[in-house]
Amino acid sequence: MIEVRNLRKSFGSHNILDGVNFRVETGESVVIIGRSGGGKSVLLKHLVCLLNPDAGQVLIDGENIVDLNERQLLRVRRKFGMLFQSAALFDSLTVAENVAFALRRQKGMAEAEIRKKVSEVLEMVELPGTENKKPSELSGGMRKRVGLARAIVYKPEIVLYDEPTTGLDPVVSDSIDQLIVRVRDQLKVTTIVVTHDMRSARRLGQRIMMLHDRRIYVTGTPEEIFNSTDPIVHRFVNGISMPKEHLLI
Amino acid sequence: MNIFANKFVAEWLQGLGRIALLTWEAFTSLFTFKGSWGNFIYQLYFIGVKSQSVVLITGAFTGMVLCAQTYFQFHKVKMDTATLAVVSVSMCSELGPVLTALMVAGRVGAAMAAELGTMKVTEQIDALRTLATHPVDYLVVPRLIASIVSLPLLTAESITVGILSGYLVGVHLLGIDPTYSYYNMLKYTAGSDVTTGIIKAFIFGGIIAIIGCYKGMTCGEGAEGVGRATTEAVVFASITILISNFFLTLTLTELMRYL
Repeated sequence: MIEVRNLRKSFGSHNILDGVNFRVETGESVVIIGRSGGGKSVLLKHLVCLLNPDAGQVLIDGENIVDLNERQLLRVRRKFGMLFQSAALFDSLTVAENVAFALRRQKGMAEAEIRKKVSEVLEMVELPGTENKKPSELSGGMRKRVGLARAIVYKPEIVLYDEPTTGLDPVVSDSIDQLIVRVRDQLKVTTIVVTHDMRSARRLGQRIMMLHDRRIYVTGTPEEIFNSTDPIVHRFVNGISMPKEHLLI
Repeated sequence: MNIFANKFVAEWLQGLGRIALLTWEAFTSLFTFKGSWGNFIYQLYFIGVKSQSVVLITGAFTGMVLCAQTYFQFHKVKMDTATLAVVSVSMCSELGPVLTALMVAGRVGAAMAAELGTMKVTEQIDALRTLATHPVDYLVVPRLIASIVSLPLLTAESITVGILSGYLVGVHLLGIDPTYSYYNMLKYTAGSDVTTGIIKAFIFGGIIAIIGCYKGMTCGEGAEGVGRATTEAVVFASITILISNFFLTLTLTELMRYL
């Protein structure tokens, strides 16, 4: 279970998050939507303490991880897998070495077993036979798949996705969405997806939260959010800009 | 003006504090080595083996020019045979370790800052952290060990080549008597000169790795941030080497008296 209490974060004089509160139950699938630059990725990074908040708490299974130091956080981070917006593959390693990274760091696992797990998970993300390729040889969609394989190979309890379909064409985006659903259902993991792709949000979320004006503005089921009459939510999910914003663009 | 001065001093102190914390973290992690041996061997190859040509050329030509210049001055007062002694002592305790460290700082310190800086801006360091790996264990410690192992060896190599080149120039080009030169060189070069040079190299190795890694891991966003981190790594490492060399010379000379 993940709980965020009164989270605040600023970069210099720029206030990004100002009193964010929410709770995600074990096994739940939650999508966080919001405008670009609105602090969604910043919020996601706080859940694994890649960023430290100015104030507030992040509780993972009841433990406040904000007060832990980098070494103590390693224990908590074993519960997480994260797919980054850019996939963040280690470019000096091959696909197989990237995917096997966490398994090799755990030590004690036989090389044959590591290779078997790597090939299983690459099969799951539909990239068999790419073990010896370097990240630079892969397309954007393939990189995201390898990033996902790396995040789930050690069977984490929670998987975080930072803009998983950004920069991909609609067909590849659709296949990534299907993959996220498959991972969620097969591995029974808690899933948190940050996106501004409304098609992905509708498909992936059992619950959708909208981050607006530095806090969680609204929470609801996909039906509630997409049928909302609230002008801010309605404009966002239907992609309607304000007249003033037309002028700014 | 006062506000700018205060801000500069505050930022400078914060930077020093962060470097001190990184050094502490790296040295505590050193004793419970959790890095990858493969990574360590690669770093050893990159820092030690790939720096050979730079260090050999620097050592050779420094020894040669030092010998020539010393000879030109000593010849005026008929002290030709003391030339190699000056070359030997200078190469062992000062020029060998300092010039080797400066060359390695330019080559390796820059590469470390650029590599880690690129990893930071492409979120690879964040990815490491989410994979329950401490960046200091995986990135800093192998580089630190490889650097403090390589630098003394490279320095010893530079000193040897420098003295040998000085001998060849002095004896075969400038016509200094080889027997007396050799005798004087052994007479005036103490074991403590060599020890001082090697201890300095060991410390300079640590300085290059820590500053290179620190600048990379704290670099700003984008290509500009990586570029700036790379430049700062070389400049700060070089300045730190030169300043610390002065204090190390005073401290180690004093210490050697008691040993």
